[in-house]
Amino acid sequence: MNSAFFLVLRRMRAPIIVLIVIYAIAVFGLTLVPGVDAEGHRAPPLSFFHAFYFVSYTATTIGFGEIPGAFSDGQRLWVTFCIYLTVLGWSYSVVTLIALLQDKGFQNTLTSNRFARRVLRLKEPFYLICGCGETGNLICRTFDQTGQAFVVLEKDELRVQELDLQDFKTDTPALAADARQPETLLLAGLKHPKCRGVLAVTNDEEANLGIAIAVRLLNPGIPVIARARSESTSANMASFGTDHIINPYVRFAEHLALAVAAPERFRLIELLTSLPESPLPEPHRPPGGHWILCGYGRFGQALGSRLQQTGIHLTIIDPKAEGADRSIAGDGTEAATLRQAGIERASGIIAGSDNDINNLSIAVTASELNPQLFVVARQNHTANSALFDAYDANFTMVPSHIVAQEAIAILSAPLLARFLERLRNADESWSQSLGERLQALCSPLTPAIWDIRLNISEAPGAYRALMRGKDFRLGDILRDGSERERALPIVPLLLERGEQIIVLPDARYKLQAGDQLLFASSLATQRNLTYTLRNENELAYVLDGEESSSWLWRKLRRKTAGQAS
Amino acid sequence: MNLEKVIFGFFIVLAATLNFGFFIGDIERPELHHVYELAAALVVSLIATALKFGDRTQIGAIHLSTSLVADLQLVAAAITWTIAVHVTGEGMTASVTASVVSLSGGALFANVVSVIILIVETVMLRR
Repeated sequence: MNSAFFLVLRRMRAPIIVLIVIYAIAVFGLTLVPGVDAEGHRAPPLSFFHAFYFVSYTATTIGFGEIPGAFSDGQRLWVTFCIYLTVLGWSYSVVTLIALLQDKGFQNTLTSNRFARRVLRLKEPFYLICGCGETGNLICRTFDQTGQAFVVLEKDELRVQELDLQDFKTDTPALAADARQPETLLLAGLKHPKCRGVLAVTNDEEANLGIAIAVRLLNPGIPVIARARSESTSANMASFGTDHIINPYVRFAEHLALAVAAPERFRLIELLTSLPESPLPEPHRPPGGHWILCGYGRFGQALGSRLQQTGIHLTIIDPKAEGADRSIAGDGTEAATLRQAGIERASGIIAGSDNDINNLSIAVTASELNPQLFVVARQNHTANSALFDAYDANFTMVPSHIVAQEAIAILSAPLLARFLERLRNADESWSQSLGERLQALCSPLTPAIWDIRLNISEAPGAYRALMRGKDFRLGDILRDGSERERALPIVPLLLERGEQIIVLPDARYKLQAGDQLLFASSLATQRNLTYTLRNENELAYVLDGEESSSWLWRKLRRKTAGQAS
Repeated sequence: MNLEKVIFGFFIVLAATLNFGFFIGDIERPELHHVYELAAALVVSLIATALKFGDRTQIGAIHLSTSLVADLQLVAAAITWTIAVHVTGEGMTASVTASVVSLSGGALFANVVSVIILIVETVMLRR
C-alpha cells in the first residue's frame, strides 16, 4: 500500500499546490472587492468565511444557488475571473489523477501490492507454480480439482488474464512477473510458512534453473520440482540438490522402453501416475523387432539409447542430425524415404520431430504403407490436440502432460515415489493383478493416489484413538462412514512405519500412531476416509458402530459402565 | 544551486515568519492580530505541506508531520474565529482572540520545528 500511496502523493504535488494558490487568490480577492447593499449603497466586502464558502461551491462547479447577498458589479467581475481560474485548477488535478491511474507502472504497483497481500493472507498450505503455460495450466486445474491451494507466477500477462477467466473453485493469487527475479519469488510467498513447495515449469530452461537455485538458497527447507529438457540443465540442477527434475523426453523414452519390455508393469505405473480421475489410458502393447525413428533431436536421442537396450533394431531418419542413417534421404514425411527405411518389414514407427504437422504427416503416411504398424506420435503443442485425437496414434507423447502428471503424482503423495521404487523388480503377473484392481476402483476414470499420516495434524481422530490405547486393524478403518457394513472401494498400496515399508499391507495389519499410508481410490472415497480419520466420533462409529455424540453422553455412559463393573 | 531546494526552503521559512507575524502582540487585543495575516499563514502552510508530499525518507516524514500539525492548528484557529464572528455572533472578544492566537502559537511551534529540521538537514548535507 505504501509505495502506491507515496506515488500518488508525489505525482499530485503540483496540482494540489496549484489548487491551493487558486483558492487563495479567489478568496483574498473576494475579501477585498467592496459589495453593495439592498438600497444600492456601498457595503463592506465579504468576510473570509463567506468568501471561502462562495468559492467552495463555485470552484467545484456545484453551483449552489445561495449567495450571502446580491453582488456588486466589482464582485461580479472578480467572480467571473475566479470561475475560469478554478475550473482550470480542478481540471488540471483531475486530468493528472486520471493519467496516474492509467499509468502502467502505477497499475503494476497496485496489482503486485494486492497480490502480495493475498499471498500473505493464505491460511492453508500452498504450492508456488512458476510458469503457467500448457504444463502449468494442467497442474493448476488438477490442484483446483483436488482442493489444493496454489499461487501462480507467469511472465506473460495475457496468460494471467486467461487464468482469471477460467472458473477455478478457489480464488487463486496470480501475478504477471518474471519468476527469475528472487524478489518476485519472495513476493509470491517463497518464505511464507505455509509454502509447501515450488514447481519450476516455465518454457525457459534458464528460468527453471534460476528458480531452482533461488529456492535452494532462499528457503532450503522446501522441495523444488523443476522441468528440464537438456541433459546439461538436468545435471546442473541435480548438482545443487533440486529435489526432483523432470525431463519429459527421458521420461517418455523410459516409459516406451518399459512398455516394450514389461507391458503390465508399465500399465501399472501409468495408472499410478496419471492425473486423478482422468479417463483411463488405453493399454499400450508396443511390439519388439524393427522400428523406425524419425527425428533425432534431444527426444530422438533419449528414445534411441533406451529402445536399443530393449533389443529393438532402430533405423533412424533425420537429414540433419549426426548418428542418423546417412544412406536415407528426407525426413520421413515422404513414402519413398519410409520405404527405403524398410517400412514394410517394420513393426513400429516413432514420429518424433519438433514439428507437429510433420509428425502427423509421417504417422499418416506410414500407417497407409503398413496398416499393422505401431505408431508413436509426439505432440508438441496442446493446441493441436484435436488433430492428434482425430488421427488416434497407438501412443501419443505430450511433453506438458508428462511433466504435469509426474509433478502432481509426486506432490500429492510423497510415498508414491517409494512405491514406484519397489515396483522395479515386480514381475508381470503381480503387476497385472494389481493393475486390474486399480482399474476397477473407479472405472472409467483413473483412481487418485494419496497418502495420509496417522499424526495429530493429518488424522487427529485416529491419532487420539491410537494414543488412548485403542487397537484397530487396517481393514477396520476402510469402511464407509455413512454405512459401516459397506467396505470402501479402496486399495492400500503401502504402509510406512519408521524404516519399515510394507507393500500392499494386509487388512489384518495392526495400525500404530505415526504410520504413513498410501492409498488408491476415487476422490469421493478419499474425502470419506479422511473425514473418518479426522473426526473421533466418525471413527468410533466406523470401528464399533457407536453413535456417540456429546461430551455429556460420553460422561454418562462412562459412569454407568463404571457402576456396572 | 537547486531551484527546488530554494522554493522548498522559501515556503517553509515563509510559513514560519507569517505565523510569527500573526502571533506576536498582546494575546487579548484583537486589533493586533489581523485576519489577513492568519489567512496568509494558513495558505502558505498548506503549500508547504503539499511540497513535502511523497518523500519516503525518515526526515521527510518528520517534515510532513510537523507541517500537518501546523495546518491543523491554523485551521482550528480559523474555524474558532469564524464561529465567534458568524455563528454565535459573539465577535472578537478578549477570550476568543486569546484562544485564536494561542492556537496559532501552537502552529508557530510546529513551524519552528520544521525550520530546525530544515537547518539540520542542510548542515548534514555533504554536497
